[in-house]
Amino acid sequence: MMHPCDLPLRVADVLSPIILVTAVINGLMTGAVYALVALGLTLIYGVLHIINFAHGALLSAALFAAFFAYQKLGLDPYLAIVLIAPGFFALGYALQRFVIGPASHGDDRNMLLVTLGLAVLIENALLYAFHADTRTVDLAYGFKSLDLGFTFIAVPRVISFAAVFIVALVLWLVMALTDTGKAIRAVAKEKLGAELAGIDVAHIYAMTFGIGTACVAIAACLLIPTYYANPRAGNAFVLVAFTIVVLGGMGSVPGALIGGLVIGVVESLAGFYFGESLGQVGIFLIFIVVLLVRPRGLFGASA
Amino acid sequence: MKIFLPIAIVVAALAAVPLFVHSNVVLNFLVVTLLIALAGQGWNILGGYGGQYSFGQAAFFGTGAYVTAIIQVHYGVNAWIGFAAGIAAGAAVGAFIGALAFRAALRSSYFALVTLAFAEVLRILASVAPITGAGVGLLVKLDLRAQAFQFQSRAVFYLVVLALLAVSLVIAQLLERSRFGVWLIAVRENEDAAMALGVDAFAVKLAAMVLSAAITAAAGCFYVQYFLFIDSGIAYGTWISIEALLTPIIGGVGTVFGALVGALVVKSLGEGVKLLTGDVPGLDLMIYGAVLVLVIGFAPRGLVGAFTDARAHLARRFKTSAPVGEVARG
Repeated sequence: MMHPCDLPLRVADVLSPIILVTAVINGLMTGAVYALVALGLTLIYGVLHIINFAHGALLSAALFAAFFAYQKLGLDPYLAIVLIAPGFFALGYALQRFVIGPASHGDDRNMLLVTLGLAVLIENALLYAFHADTRTVDLAYGFKSLDLGFTFIAVPRVISFAAVFIVALVLWLVMALTDTGKAIRAVAKEKLGAELAGIDVAHIYAMTFGIGTACVAIAACLLIPTYYANPRAGNAFVLVAFTIVVLGGMGSVPGALIGGLVIGVVESLAGFYFGESLGQVGIFLIFIVVLLVRPRGLFGASA
Repeated sequence: MKIFLPIAIVVAALAAVPLFVHSNVVLNFLVVTLLIALAGQGWNILGGYGGQYSFGQAAFFGTGAYVTAIIQVHYGVNAWIGFAAGIAAGAAVGAFIGALAFRAALRSSYFALVTLAFAEVLRILASVAPITGAGVGLLVKLDLRAQAFQFQSRAVFYLVVLALLAVSLVIAQLLERSRFGVWLIAVRENEDAAMALGVDAFAVKLAAMVLSAAITAAAGCFYVQYFLFIDSGIAYGTWISIEALLTPIIGGVGTVFGALVGALVVKSLGEGVKLLTGDVPGLDLMIYGAVLVLVIGFAPRGLVGAFTDARAHLARRFKTSAPVGEVARG
């Protein structure tokens, strides 16, 4: 295998605006899905104040769900969202309400460890049940692409790009208008005060965890037409999502969206110029620098 | 010297095992178990006593392993010097990450993430850099002589790793009785209050991180000498970060014997499952995950903590004097 950096790139190629614009568009498409995964993570952080280490394993599980919905039930991945998203919402709700909440005794560090334990448990349960094989779906539109005149983009990626913004809009409306949304925001701001005002905090924590898990489920349905299911498939996304959440500010929803798009573009350009492995190092370096220099992120409130 | 009596008894009992057991399979199992206990004891110094939960002990394990291997393979230096250099390098990486993270006052989730990120960066760099053998890894030349830190018999390897573990147990015991240890526990319990009382939290956490990194690095150095092979997935993989944290938490966080008890229990469970079901991928780790969740849920101070609680409970029950000198841990 050759790295792109080993190829004899001419200066004219590197600076060619068409290649640059294509890389940016591809980055934006990938970045939108990153943003959706990060959205779930940042929401959970904003309310529960923990990083959910089980996020990646839940994404892998959702990828399997989307794969089997297509293979066994013949459900188109985009239609399967109406089944898988509520299912994963319920799963997330139950995990927080009956496992993570009671097991962590209200201690942040314990909560981190319980989500880590769940991550190990889920990932290896998937490995045990489905082995390490990589599974893909064959859809009629999987390889269709849009002709922009100067470049092509895959249709499923355009659909997922649009879908992410719809999900973000719906989420914003839920947060702004519904009672549950208001309760979630109240708990995020002032847990004790919300509790005194009669809000059931354990229920709100579980609702938040459920919504975060549903985001991951939708991301999986959007990914499966061009990606694959595998017990570790989710991990790559979640390490990137950690970066996005830190970059955008832990708990910040607009931060997750913008951070997702920025990281998508950075990865695409860095991968193009330095090769895939080193492109990833670039993401982690951004991550470490932001953590050390501005841990509340670009859009976050005070840490 | 009375405080070292339990350590002396446990180490002597473990040292006697090769007198009765000659099976290479069992000895191999014990070597790996003690190796993980050693890595876990490193985590325990910083995480258990200091309350700073590192999710990237792999950064130290891997650095120790690679430096030990590189120094022998590329520079032909003696393995014992390589071993010392590996520990020093692991400690240096700990000092670097600790200085950055604690200077930025990162706690809880943030500290977990930054340690995880450093381990990942090192893994990716090691998987492409020529000096680490990139994707292929490094093989240490077979040379079964004591001066090359390689031994014909597994029993000797076992005694070596036991000696390393014994040193780490003594370090933890000394920590519990020292002023430094008290500062570290104070920082764990309430960092702001500790600072208000004049404890230099930054210096205390940094020193604990260096010690923690050095112990976990020693496990990495030993790994290379035992298996004579290292690659980026083993050295800096998440498996070692997870096992290093799993063992002390299951055994008893912030206790002298926690990591050892945890490693024995976890590894026995894993092997037991393998014996029952054959080598099915995923099943042993699945059980580790479940045990971690159960222990945090039902015995947040681990098995050692649950045992001391039960003993205190029985002592009260029978109206004898409860053990004195137990430090309450939250």
